[in-house]
Amino acid sequence: MSGNTTQVARDRASALSKAPLAGNGLTTSQRVQDSVVKYGFIAVTVILFVYFAASEPAFATQLSIFQMLKGAAVTAILGLAVMFTMVVGGLDLSIGSTAGLSVQLAAMTMVFYNLTGPTAVVVVILGGLVVGLLNAFLIVVCKIPDLLATLGVMFVIQGAKLIPVRGQSISSGMTLRDGSTAPGKFTADFLKIDRGFVGRVPVPVLIMLVLVVLAWFVLSRTTWGRVMYAIGANPEAARLAGVRVGFYRGLAYVVSGLLASVGGLILVSRIGQGDVNAGSSSLLEAVAVALVGTSVLGMGKPNAWGTLLGALLVSIVLTGLTMKGLQYYHQDTAKGVVLLVALLFSFTISRRKVRYTPAT
Amino acid sequence: MDDEVVTDPAAAPAPAAEVLNLDDITMAFGGNQVLKGVTVALTAGRVTALLGANGAGKSTLIKVLAGVYPDHGGTVRVGGEPVQMTSPLAAARHGIQTVHQRIDENIVPGLTVAENLVFEEIIRGELPPVRSLRRLLPRAREIADTLDLGWPDSVLTKDVFELGIADSQLLLLARALSQRPRVLVLDEPTSTLSAAEVDRLFALIRRLRSEGVAVLYVTHRLSEVRELADEVVVLRDGRISSSQVAPFDMAAVVRAMLTESVLVQSHELVEQRGHDVAVRLQGVQLLSRCAPIDLELRYGEVTGVVGLIGAGKSELARGVFGADRLRTGSMTFDGRPYRPRHSKDAVRKGIYLVPEDRAAEAMLPGWSLAWTATLPFLGQISRGRVISAAKENRIGREVLEHFGVVATSAAQAVDALSGGNQQKVVVGRWMRAAPRVLLLDEPFRGVDIGARRDISSQAHEQAASGACVVVLSSDVEEIRGVADRIVVLVEGEVRLDRYTSEIDDEAIVTSMSEVA
Repeated sequence: MSGNTTQVARDRASALSKAPLAGNGLTTSQRVQDSVVKYGFIAVTVILFVYFAASEPAFATQLSIFQMLKGAAVTAILGLAVMFTMVVGGLDLSIGSTAGLSVQLAAMTMVFYNLTGPTAVVVVILGGLVVGLLNAFLIVVCKIPDLLATLGVMFVIQGAKLIPVRGQSISSGMTLRDGSTAPGKFTADFLKIDRGFVGRVPVPVLIMLVLVVLAWFVLSRTTWGRVMYAIGANPEAARLAGVRVGFYRGLAYVVSGLLASVGGLILVSRIGQGDVNAGSSSLLEAVAVALVGTSVLGMGKPNAWGTLLGALLVSIVLTGLTMKGLQYYHQDTAKGVVLLVALLFSFTISRRKVRYTPAT
Repeated sequence: MDDEVVTDPAAAPAPAAEVLNLDDITMAFGGNQVLKGVTVALTAGRVTALLGANGAGKSTLIKVLAGVYPDHGGTVRVGGEPVQMTSPLAAARHGIQTVHQRIDENIVPGLTVAENLVFEEIIRGELPPVRSLRRLLPRAREIADTLDLGWPDSVLTKDVFELGIADSQLLLLARALSQRPRVLVLDEPTSTLSAAEVDRLFALIRRLRSEGVAVLYVTHRLSEVRELADEVVVLRDGRISSSQVAPFDMAAVVRAMLTESVLVQSHELVEQRGHDVAVRLQGVQLLSRCAPIDLELRYGEVTGVVGLIGAGKSELARGVFGADRLRTGSMTFDGRPYRPRHSKDAVRKGIYLVPEDRAAEAMLPGWSLAWTATLPFLGQISRGRVISAAKENRIGREVLEHFGVVATSAAQAVDALSGGNQQKVVVGRWMRAAPRVLLLDEPFRGVDIGARRDISSQAHEQAASGACVVVLSSDVEEIRGVADRIVVLVEGEVRLDRYTSEIDDEAIVTSMSEVA
């Protein structure tokens, strides 16, 4: 073994001579660049917050802050859903329509069948599970590329949910086809999901925070998360390290479907009726938020806290600009600018390569 | 045969004109000085071999020549005139063509073979990009014929993706030659070729030499240097450590490549013979059209499986590891039936594989040494699925220290390490975890001699402590250097199975060249 010890000593010595390459000998400009990438996005969020708070007295009140957090909840949760599929190198395009499906399932359960609020919650979650399993089946078993499979599923859900209601939105007390009045209505306990409080914290904000913490813990502290990141980095290398790639890819889509249905649950509780168009616009926003999240703290990979921060930033910008008298039709432009600024941080300024390559 | 004549300097066309001069070339990345003043002259009608361990600066020097690094220091002169190597196109304009080692970066999938052959001309606008394939064919045929590839139109109109790795390499070579270069740079051109293809390549290089082309030939293989080169230049740590004109003093060449401590370490391996069978294959058909084979892999010895490309080596390794299903037949492990459905089944039993293609099959971009080392053994670093960072780092450091990986810490990204050190990580992570059966598929490919010796001696230690170690390679010398027992595979069938001391190189090579 003495041969080995001298070997190690020799390699240590040559490691020292290579130190600059290893990252200890960064130049000042590189250090500045790294901190800009790492903290720039958080700084932008804080600066915007302070600016709005200083110029609009109503902005930094507790009511307004809770409104902003509530506004971020659905986007953040749907962002988490997309994020899980991005971690395994895919992209779930069906989350918006899954959220829409949740809206409709909840409304049908309570209004058409006159069942309780808790029953509606169970039905909604089961709906998300079924969509997740369908995606997993198409991607893992049928080997259809992620983007294409979820694109197909997105259209199928969007269309299929119109069929039983003949394209009509569902509301309490609506007239049915046979002329009678719908037997049920949105129950009070169901509406509490969006409007209730635990202590002084709104329920949707609590759900959002719990899910973010859970997602962060699973992804960065457990073997499940490690394995999912491995699949995103190199599926073949993961397979040859003994990872059951198919199972974990499928799992990511099931998690995505479940999270999307939770997002839909808050959404339907908020609007209080079975709007056929609900959820359809949330897909791109969720993808954007998850992408913004990759740039936070210079992570360069999808992560839970980044996704939350992305959703918060969008909410802050929208609330602030609305208070400044910006009309609703400026909102998409504002969101787009936020996304582009975030992408500048992760792709343009960063010295580190960002790995985002959805399988097609 | 007439090798003596070929390597005789007097045979080179007189007068020997220096076509390309590299004067005091330097290149740094950040604070890391990779080239520290390299001066080389390439002469018309001569083959100059460039040798060097991994990380010595070979790749960087080649890329300077190919116009990839315009901000290098020093001067490049072509025919005596200083030139600016600002881009690959500029290099091509000065008559310098490079065939890089990585094929996938240089062919265009989705285009046909013919379109790839005339690609340079399409880029330069000499051939319009939108044009019927039929009208490209004559020029493509011409280019293919310079190499006597003998590809019929049915091959030329195929998608280039359907070509094998060796044919793709020949395609790139043909494409480089179609530009009638004055200087041809070949970066490890034989690493993917079979023996017959190597012969064809060497014949071609000799022809080019007689036509007055200056060839820079980068390789790890000394046998090729002896056979082909007129001059040899050795790089070590960014400087020229030796340059010789044929006939060469090979011992001096090897010394120039290595630092002293590695040489001191080298020792004769004592042959070990195992008795207990670890894995027994019965009636296993490795390739689609070959007879089924029986084979025993035993504990306590290093079995070297040698065969040309396509002989079924990787199929054997991947089959035992459960990465691919066997076509036919059965296996036993420790005497019990063994049917892995997935690599996970093999890993659980202590059967490990280091795959052939490190970049595509083992590396995780951006992952640290500790993460890479622990991925197959997440159960060991976690409790109830929750990962312990301390255990993870401990295992990372174990791999780093025990295998002498040159890295600042276990948190360093593996893809920032040199090729040899990357290989030590992907081999070391399995060796640390008490392998029962360790399959190493081409573990020495693109690895410098120092790392090669480390991996060899570690493989031997594993076998000495009772593991069944299998090394698969197409290089007879490599296998002889590491294996106690040699199994020769030819087209999916076992042609020879002997202990190393019982046979000589000649017998191995003869059996490898016997085709049914």
